[in-house]
Amino acid sequence: MSEPTAVAEGTEQLPFNDAVPGAVLGTWAEETDKAYLVAPDKLIPLLTHLRDELGYDYLSNLTCVDYLTYQGKKRKGVQERFEVVYHLYSTRKGGGHIALHVRVPENETVPSAVGVYPGANLQEREVYDLYGIRFEGHPNLRRILLWEGFHGHPMRKDWKEAYYEQDTKPFKSRHPRGGYQFHEDKLPWGKNTTYPPGWDPDTWQEPVAYVPVSMAPHPVVQDPEEEERRPHVHTESIVINLGPHHPSTHGVFRMLTRVEGETILALEPEMGYLHRNHEKIGERNTWLMNMPFTDRLDYLNSMSNNWAYALAVEKLAGIQVPERAEYIRVIMAELTRILNHMWSIGFLLNDLGALQTPALYAIEEREMILDLFEEVSGSRMMCNYFRFGGVVRDLTPGWLERARYLAQERLPRALDELDRLISENEIVKARCRGVGYLSAEDLIALSVSGPMIRAAGVAYDIRKAEPYGIYDRFEFDIPTLPNSDVYDRYYIRLLEAREAVRILQQALRDIPGGEVHGPPAYASATLEEGFGTILGGKGGYTLRPPEGEIYSRIEAPKGELGFYLVSDGKPNPYRYHVRAPSYINLNALGPMCVGYKVADAIVVLGAIDIVLGEVDR
Amino acid sequence: MATVPSDFYKLKEQQIQQYLHDSIQVPPELRQNVLVTTLDKLYNWSRRSSMWPLLFGLACCAIEMIATAASRYDMARFGMEVMRPSPRQSDLMIVSGTVTKKMIPAIVRIYNQMAEPRYVVAMGACASGGGPFKEGYNVVSGVDKYIPVDVYVPGCPPTPEALIYGMMKLHEKIERQSIATVPWYQEGFSGYVPVPRLGPDIFDPRQVELIKEHTLQATREAAQAAQAAEPTKAAGPAQLSDKARARIEEAKRRLAAKRGG
Repeated sequence: MSEPTAVAEGTEQLPFNDAVPGAVLGTWAEETDKAYLVAPDKLIPLLTHLRDELGYDYLSNLTCVDYLTYQGKKRKGVQERFEVVYHLYSTRKGGGHIALHVRVPENETVPSAVGVYPGANLQEREVYDLYGIRFEGHPNLRRILLWEGFHGHPMRKDWKEAYYEQDTKPFKSRHPRGGYQFHEDKLPWGKNTTYPPGWDPDTWQEPVAYVPVSMAPHPVVQDPEEEERRPHVHTESIVINLGPHHPSTHGVFRMLTRVEGETILALEPEMGYLHRNHEKIGERNTWLMNMPFTDRLDYLNSMSNNWAYALAVEKLAGIQVPERAEYIRVIMAELTRILNHMWSIGFLLNDLGALQTPALYAIEEREMILDLFEEVSGSRMMCNYFRFGGVVRDLTPGWLERARYLAQERLPRALDELDRLISENEIVKARCRGVGYLSAEDLIALSVSGPMIRAAGVAYDIRKAEPYGIYDRFEFDIPTLPNSDVYDRYYIRLLEAREAVRILQQALRDIPGGEVHGPPAYASATLEEGFGTILGGKGGYTLRPPEGEIYSRIEAPKGELGFYLVSDGKPNPYRYHVRAPSYINLNALGPMCVGYKVADAIVVLGAIDIVLGEVDR
Repeated sequence: MATVPSDFYKLKEQQIQQYLHDSIQVPPELRQNVLVTTLDKLYNWSRRSSMWPLLFGLACCAIEMIATAASRYDMARFGMEVMRPSPRQSDLMIVSGTVTKKMIPAIVRIYNQMAEPRYVVAMGACASGGGPFKEGYNVVSGVDKYIPVDVYVPGCPPTPEALIYGMMKLHEKIERQSIATVPWYQEGFSGYVPVPRLGPDIFDPRQVELIKEHTLQATREAAQAAQAAEPTKAAGPAQLSDKARARIEEAKRRLAAKRGG
């Protein structure tokens, strides 16, 4: 979106207004990035129209921007403080997105999109939690990442943390006169907490949140024979809490289940136990400083996260990537995919009760992949390897040979071994077949992405639907399976890992020589030939993308990983939002578990394959 | 008859020396038959050789903790392969990852549920001091703000080697302890840590007075500022309400009637 905002005068020429009169107030239409300004009261009819008539069946991203301190030129004269943004895709047609913007003044509500796209559920709750925007008609608008009773809405631009120093990094106050100043010493209680004036801890009562599991349907078993035999015995459903410290929740995750006997009547995920303020910190950092933070999102797949972020910034700033770097990126991303899928298969078996042995088999090859990562990046897990316009350094001598050995010999063998070990196992089949079923339509409506929908027969993969990088050059298939149960979700990962090996073999065969980062090289940037020169602006060390916004996504191993970035032309991102696949896939957890046993809920969660760093961010 | 290896007695001698306390004199004729040690050494040796960690992963570091327990690094060599999901059965809590304000009440509760002797290892930068997320509004800048920590392992995340080195440091620490002086055998000892509560922000029950001083001080200052801005409004005694005045009049009348009667 490099052109200035143009809100058209005559609204009747605008698209969709013939179907939904008065819905679109203006447009930033370009060929690639279609965005429309929508009237709040016409939002729901417009969404319905887009979904039913035009096939935009997938709500990918829903977020909000607080334009309180925006310094760019584009919003001159705009009164409304907040802007809620929707990004819609079509899983049938593929291709790019439609973005809808709804401007909201402070203390006003927006109609909830849950009725049209049930997948908006968790995302609207997040916006409510962090920005305080109320969504009218949302069935369960509670705080999600923080707790009930937390003071304020922290992502607002005027909300400051206890350790607040400045709005943007690098901080000048960090090292006054050579010594480090500890934040802890600035506050009387030595912790990073603030309390509103007048608050009295003695009389404080924690507000009790209404959690919908308590209102789940409560069927009473009406069996006349049973009633006659045991007239005074009645059953009652109870609420069982799993987590946040529970060995099978893959981290600090909590599930509230209402059970009748062992059958689940309702399940509500509770999260935020690893909410580490990724986005707030990301808006203080410079653009490049965020790169190591993206490693810690989905901490199994740091390379994919790097790529998603680098890709978004490259699109925003118009940076080109040299050929060799593109190949290196594909190699790293596919190695990551194999690593992730083997890990998730191993730990799915762990959840099934096959404690540790399958996991040990599954992560044996992971160590070899991590060795390769460590060799190029210096760190096993947190690689921080990608840069805007390439990768940070070239491959080490002999790296390609080792990677080829892995791709040709070890990885196919390891995948075959897992297949032999698990796929025909009677217990695995008995526990996984037919468990956690949800139809493909439901999964798409719930904004689920990645292997989950491919196991339901939807051949939707961003590498094919909207190719990024150089994925259009490789020959690979999108495996799909029809049953949409836990077994298929396991098996699709194995098939995808095999396809990843195929891509890896091609990329390792075809990789050309040359530079790994575009001119001017990040490493050798001087003040004169810094990033500024490629962007046609002033020179400088710091990247300053032109004013605008971007939503860009990649096919991460867990699903669709998107970054929504807003730049106001300054060295720090104005808005930095992560569309995390693990988080949004959890929309489907409750519906998938209802009707199955408690032990199945663990397996269903394991088959979604969440990572809490990405769920809570 | 089995032959005794030639250096058997030498090895035995070394073994005895290793476990020999300085103050115990073993007669030379007994040295090849008895093994003398102190209770401390035996106790510490057995404790450090079978530390059972709590199966407790928080964030990225938990993945490296799993890698440490897996086949390549193999924590079983230290007798630590039995990861217990229950705090009642474990000796060691590896705080592996970012500690958030929402999570810290649960962590402190788990810590309280562990039986003494118990140890805490802060694994990684986040658990040690907040790490890269220190400024965050939901991040506790170091688990040692709430529970005592024995060993800090730096790194983001620490490599398995670093974690193993931290474990060995912990073993050294355990070997230096003595039953006579360890706190958990002292009279009146309670290792209980008050569980933090979730208010407008997390607060430690031990700091309630301090917090109150500051929050209520802020309101007093605000009231004083308001008073300074409008001095006339607050001047003079408070006016009685009509109802109160009527009641006083009524009482006066009754008193007069009584005296008159």
